[in-house]
Amino acid sequence: MNRTQAFSLGLRSVMPLLIGVAPFGVIYGVVALQSGIPPLAAMAMSSIVFAGSAQFLLAQLVGAGAPLLLTAGAVGLVNLRHALYSASVAPILAHLPRRWKILLAYLLTDEAYAAAIPHLLADDKDARSPHAHWILFGSGFGLWAGWQVATLAGVLIGAQLPSNLGLDFALPLTFIAIVVPMIDSRALLVSALTAGAAAVALAALPYKVGLFIAALAGLIVGALLTRKTA
Amino acid sequence: MNLWWLMLVCGVVTFGIRYSFIAAEGHYQPPAWFRRLLPFVPIAALTALVAPELLLVQGEILLGSGNPRLWAGLMAIVVAALWRNTLLTIGCGFVALLVLQRI
Repeated sequence: MNRTQAFSLGLRSVMPLLIGVAPFGVIYGVVALQSGIPPLAAMAMSSIVFAGSAQFLLAQLVGAGAPLLLTAGAVGLVNLRHALYSASVAPILAHLPRRWKILLAYLLTDEAYAAAIPHLLADDKDARSPHAHWILFGSGFGLWAGWQVATLAGVLIGAQLPSNLGLDFALPLTFIAIVVPMIDSRALLVSALTAGAAAVALAALPYKVGLFIAALAGLIVGALLTRKTA
Repeated sequence: MNLWWLMLVCGVVTFGIRYSFIAAEGHYQPPAWFRRLLPFVPIAALTALVAPELLLVQGEILLGSGNPRLWAGLMAIVVAALWRNTLLTIGCGFVALLVLQRI
């Protein structure tokens, strides 16, 4: 697989997720303006922060006049699960120069990670293409570009767009299409069920902390099961 | 001006979280148990994102016919398990949702 093929694989893999992300981007643009954030700053936030749910939270907290430290702390909590993605792709990116690591870390969202990870793990370490990181770059860039366009649409034409078409359902559906075929052992199945049940049970916790704890629970249960059978 | 500083700080925090383990790789020797957790990250993290979307309606668990997303999602899970095809899974999930919302 050469660079172009890897990049376009990543780009194609993230496309279904863009269907779900686009309405969120539009709504974010509208919410940001309603919170009193100027259009230019609302657009810039999509580049500077580049994190869907954290940007919603940020817009709300700005609107409410919350202090800087509390806002930054809340944004950190919402994005805590991205540390798991960072740990997951770190061994795959280990050989890259720092500028690549910085670029791919900046682009490391739920969607970019989800779209790329089956392809990054598909080959074993020795067989993996030396251009595998271009897959993650493709999915990351695709999501970034889509998010900018959606934000711009929200800022410019905003509330005139129908936001409740149910297109956001593309997100869970695509995650299902990615996760289910990856489950090929009992440990993975139990890990998924644990994380899913915990996420539902902890959904009421603020700042999406429940998602992070639920994912951790899934990791631990999975690792314990593999140790027993190994 | 204050708003721009706030965005910058939040951007740095977000980037720092995403960069953390990528930057540290090669500079530390993680314990063996840590490496054993990593294969479960995609499954556990993404299932944690999906499950509340399917099971919860306005914060409450809803299992009946009042929650078409749950049944459309289960349908998508079955399709994904049988055919392992992304577009087919998404298509069937959306069709199931549209049909269930109408009956």
